[in-house]
Amino acid sequence: MAYKIKASDCTACGACEAECPNNAISFKKGTYVIDPATCTECKGQFANPQCASVCPADCCVPA
Amino acid sequence: MGNVISLDSILGLGELKAPADAPAAAEATGCSSSSCGSSDGPADMDPAVWEKVKNHPCYSEEAHHYFARMHVAVAPACNIQCNYCNRKYDCSNESRPGVVSEKLTPDQAIRKIMAVSAEIPQLSVIGIAGPGDSLAAGGKNTFKTFEMLQKKAPDLKLCLSTNGLALPDHVDTIAQYNIDHVTITINMVDPEVGQHIYPWIFHDHKRWTGLDAAKILHERQMLGLEMLTSRGILVKVNSVMIPGINDEHLMDVNKAVKARGAFLHNIMPLISDPAHGTHFGLTGQRGPTAQELKVLQDQCEGGAKLMRHCRQCRADAVGLLGEDRGSEFTIDRIDAMEEVDYDREAARTYREHVEADRAERHASKAAAQADVAETVGTAVDPILIAVATKGGERINEHFGHAKEFQIYEVGPKGAKFVGHRRVDQYCEGGSGDEDALDTVLSAINDCTAVFVAKVGGCPSKKLQAAGIEPVDRFAFEYIEESALTYFKDYAERLGQGAVNARAGQDAVIRTGAFTAKRA
Ligand code: SF4
Ligand code: SF4
Ligand code: SF4
Repeated sequence: MAYKIKASDCTACGACEAECPNNAISFKKGTYVIDPATCTECKGQFANPQCASVCPADCCVPA
Repeated sequence: MGNVISLDSILGLGELKAPADAPAAAEATGCSSSSCGSSDGPADMDPAVWEKVKNHPCYSEEAHHYFARMHVAVAPACNIQCNYCNRKYDCSNESRPGVVSEKLTPDQAIRKIMAVSAEIPQLSVIGIAGPGDSLAAGGKNTFKTFEMLQKKAPDLKLCLSTNGLALPDHVDTIAQYNIDHVTITINMVDPEVGQHIYPWIFHDHKRWTGLDAAKILHERQMLGLEMLTSRGILVKVNSVMIPGINDEHLMDVNKAVKARGAFLHNIMPLISDPAHGTHFGLTGQRGPTAQELKVLQDQCEGGAKLMRHCRQCRADAVGLLGEDRGSEFTIDRIDAMEEVDYDREAARTYREHVEADRAERHASKAAAQADVAETVGTAVDPILIAVATKGGERINEHFGHAKEFQIYEVGPKGAKFVGHRRVDQYCEGGSGDEDALDTVLSAINDCTAVFVAKVGGCPSKKLQAAGIEPVDRFAFEYIEESALTYFKDYAERLGQGAVNARAGQDAVIRTGAFTAKRA
């Protein structure tokens, strides 16, 4: 399982990128994207997915 | 418009005269007219603080007429949510809501700063104020920009703005980069109040809401403030005045931040409009009127010094306060420019001119004030005067061209700058001359007179009909001296019953982004 970013709502602020413990988030073609292969939903690391907790647009959601 | 601003255009008409012989005498009285009350001047400020802020347009009331600041928008991420902010736009703590700045990488920011400093010799301060929070996401871009800047242009002052949540983690780094000015936005010192302003924060890997969120934010803000002041780093506090939520409470904020060593407190009006999509905009929360803001600012006067000239500039603002030349320096244009060498010879010459000019001003203001004190005494209440100016502390703008008016309070105690009123037409789009004039009238409705370099016959009549006297006889003169001369004359006319005192009027604070460009 992994998270994804709803590109239509993303403000491209990059807050999620800085918080991801697995470096799963990167900036591609004007928006931020999550690499599903690297995303662990933060399981075993944090109680809540970090990207979703920091995102001001609530656009980091389960894929 | 030429590429380079001539010194004359900044200082208004006329040359810079030689320094007065006896500026020291004016200061020795302890109270030259610009240094009383809230006006920042050498007389009522700790010399070490004055040395640090005297050329900073945001912190020194004097310097904002002479020096330029520039914000670079390298920090888009944020770690809290404010009810007056919509994250599609810039952070509203320094910028106003509904503004989008051009986001820059640190490399682009440096290129832009070099290009601007070559064009604008008055540039003295580089700030990072967003568009998110400068210390969110580890403050990476912010510190990278400062690191490069300190190598390339060590004479520029650095400053940053933050909501304070991440501040305690970064105080050591801030001290290391020699950033001597930090602005913290503090809207409350009581979580009960805070919960109505901040729906959530992200802290310690967790999203917090309600009282918990406000409590953590408050504790971190106070801790950060104390850590900075104990290291000798100057701290300014910004507060957003939200009627019915924190308006009265801001007096407590004023006391609390003063007790912790903040040297300036800047109370800004909430700017709220449904079109901005903010929580407050959508729920119909209103901003304060000009008089409500002024009353609060007056009540806080005895606490931490107040800064009344903050323009709530956008996160990529460039230029003197009250102007924004940002659109001349967009990233496409910067990319197209040759690499610019850092040469600040023009800046050094400019600073020397300003030093001389200021010394002379201290003496002439003191003389004008002494004259009023003698002839008028203390019987007459102070009045407000709106001034059309392009900078240089002179009355040097046409009424019809003014994008904002500076408001001076003048009375037996002297003349002091108390705020500015925007009258730019940005939000209305193509509205007619009639509307434009009405906008101006409602923005300066609490003023007795408006000082201009020139004014047309028709607006002049309308002003008179509205009870505001248009005055062009001080064209291109210095503002404070002219205001005092006018006051003396006004007091005389008042005594003869020729004019009525204009009490109890209020004015409207304009909403929307300030985007005035140089004409
Ligand atoms: S859920 Fe966690 S691991 Fe996945 S992208 Fe978000 S922060 Fe990274
Ligand atoms: S935090 Fe949200 S809005 Fe910001 S870049 Fe990530 S997904 Fe986009
Ligand atoms: S918003 Fe403008 S006036 Fe206010 S502190 Fe920042 S640069 Fe100065």
